Amino acid sequence: MLNQSLKLNTKIFSNNIENKSTRDGFGVGLLEIGTKNEKVVALSADLTESTRTHLFKEKFPNRFIQVGISEQNMAGVASGLASMGKIPYITSFAIFNPGRNWEQIRTTICYNNQPVKIIGTHSGITVGEDGGSHQSLEDIALTTSLPNMIVISPCDNIEARKATIACANNNLPTYIRLDRNNTPFITTEDTPFEIGKSQILFYPEKGIAEIGIIATGTIVYRALIAAKNLEKEGIKVKVMNLSTIKPLDEEGVLSIAKETKAIVTVEDHGEIGGMGSMIASFLSKNYPVPIEFIAIKNKFGQSGKKDELIEHYEIGISHIENAVKKVKKRKILN
Amino acid sequence: MQNLSLEKIKELKIKANNIRKNIIEMLYKSQSGHTAGPLGMADIFTYLYFVGMKYDKNNPKWEERDRLVLSNGHICPVLYATFAEIGYLKKEELWTLRKFGSKLQGHPHREFLPILETSSGPLGEGLSQAVGMAIATKIDNGVNKNIFCIVGDGELNEGQNWEAIMLGAKENLGNLTLIVDRNNIQLDGNTEDIMPLNNLRIKFGAFNWHTEEVDGHDFVAIHNAIEKVKEIKDKPSVIIANTIPCKGVKEWERDYRWHGKAPNKEEYELAINELSKIC
Repeated sequence: MLNQSLKLNTKIFSNNIENKSTRDGFGVGLLEIGTKNEKVVALSADLTESTRTHLFKEKFPNRFIQVGISEQNMAGVASGLASMGKIPYITSFAIFNPGRNWEQIRTTICYNNQPVKIIGTHSGITVGEDGGSHQSLEDIALTTSLPNMIVISPCDNIEARKATIACANNNLPTYIRLDRNNTPFITTEDTPFEIGKSQILFYPEKGIAEIGIIATGTIVYRALIAAKNLEKEGIKVKVMNLSTIKPLDEEGVLSIAKETKAIVTVEDHGEIGGMGSMIASFLSKNYPVPIEFIAIKNKFGQSGKKDELIEHYEIGISHIENAVKKVKKRKILN
Repeated sequence: MQNLSLEKIKELKIKANNIRKNIIEMLYKSQSGHTAGPLGMADIFTYLYFVGMKYDKNNPKWEERDRLVLSNGHICPVLYATFAEIGYLKKEELWTLRKFGSKLQGHPHREFLPILETSSGPLGEGLSQAVGMAIATKIDNGVNKNIFCIVGDGELNEGQNWEAIMLGAKENLGNLTLIVDRNNIQLDGNTEDIMPLNNLRIKFGAFNWHTEEVDGHDFVAIHNAIEKVKEIKDKPSVIIANTIPCKGVKEWERDYRWHGKAPNKEEYELAINELSKIC
């Protein structure tokens, strides 16, 4: 059942659920924080509307900087702006930001510890038709490996808006990973959000959960549908929304691992270096349990419709269900 | 424009020579680091920190100060030695260069030495940061803050510089001055053999920057160029500073092999001996 103490969207399991993208949530959040805090500046590398930065640009043209197609320069410029007291948001597709400009982010932002906010939209395989060149499956690996960096992967539009606003004042380099597509509203305005805190969105009606699903990003929705289907089959699962990947909510992860003693991680990202790798690394040191990974298996993507790609790369609802069943067997064997 | 007095020039020469001696001493004691660039840029650093830049040595974080971004971080011994000359560092601290736990990291790191404007080392990234600083002052109408950036000529191989050069011109950053250490060497050899830069004034001019070219060891020429670019308000300026790598130690001057090595005992003695003859 849904954890209604979090005031989640009650329509999650209905067919007429509303959809809106996380990039739209960012755009609205940026405008909101820009209105409240005049230190906020936004930079675009020729993708202003695609990243939804145009809302900020229209309202605050003097605090908007169009750098052209130069993501490396954009990262350095943002570091300079931050050193003068600004709170810069740098925006592009995830494949370019933090992909193309990773070393600039490392040296001028993280090594310098400047509170630049890196906004990568169009992440994951679900970008679809643009094809493998534009599907960022490496950005979690790139960003979580950097000291000082905070990494957030919101589960829906509303959480993306809240994350955009919350990170303005954390005084740290922060990466927010966003989607291109419209995805279901999981949370509501009233759902609490705190950087670094995971949330249990779903748990069994009775008794303790036998499997824990830890998911990040908009794929959390598919994890919830899988959980609901499994519930009908009598398999008791918990679903955690791990929206902040770094710093890892160790207490939350430990607690779900101790209760369920079997974990499935779920993300629209490469398996190597992804959120699942972080969970595996943490649990192997602190509370080893069997883990299955729903992620892209050491492959590049390709063009296609979102749903075709989800199916082909095995990150869909049925794959999550199968992974739960598989890890359940492994748990018994243990 | 105020001219530099003969007395001031003499004072600057003494300071620059002290800085050069300290650079040699630091590198010798560390047995690691870069020699050619720091010696070549000692006069420019001396000018900037003792004439050209506005700052408060008793309050290094004074908000209204001019900023200097050292992009080619490997020449940091000249920056550290200049800091010691100002009094930001104790002389003994210079001898910790590149040693474990030192404030004076092999390439500058703000976490270890907070008075630095920025950490640097990986090439081609400083100008972008300086452009960001200049844009920030423009947003705040802080027209009095000058932003200086120093790059090596070989560093201009990095494409990111040209992205920043375009943005600097687009944003009309009149308070931004780039100084190119035109010493014609880089790690593997002479710049024109490795990747020809040709006429940098023409290149920067084509990117709509104001350009100046000076002998980087002539304090009067440096002064005149800096004073002139401070008057340019509608576009960024570049000063191509023709410098001699290893300036001050005749036997080593213009030899690219000194780009990335430190002197041994014999070489150290020779250098100190030569510099002591100057003043």
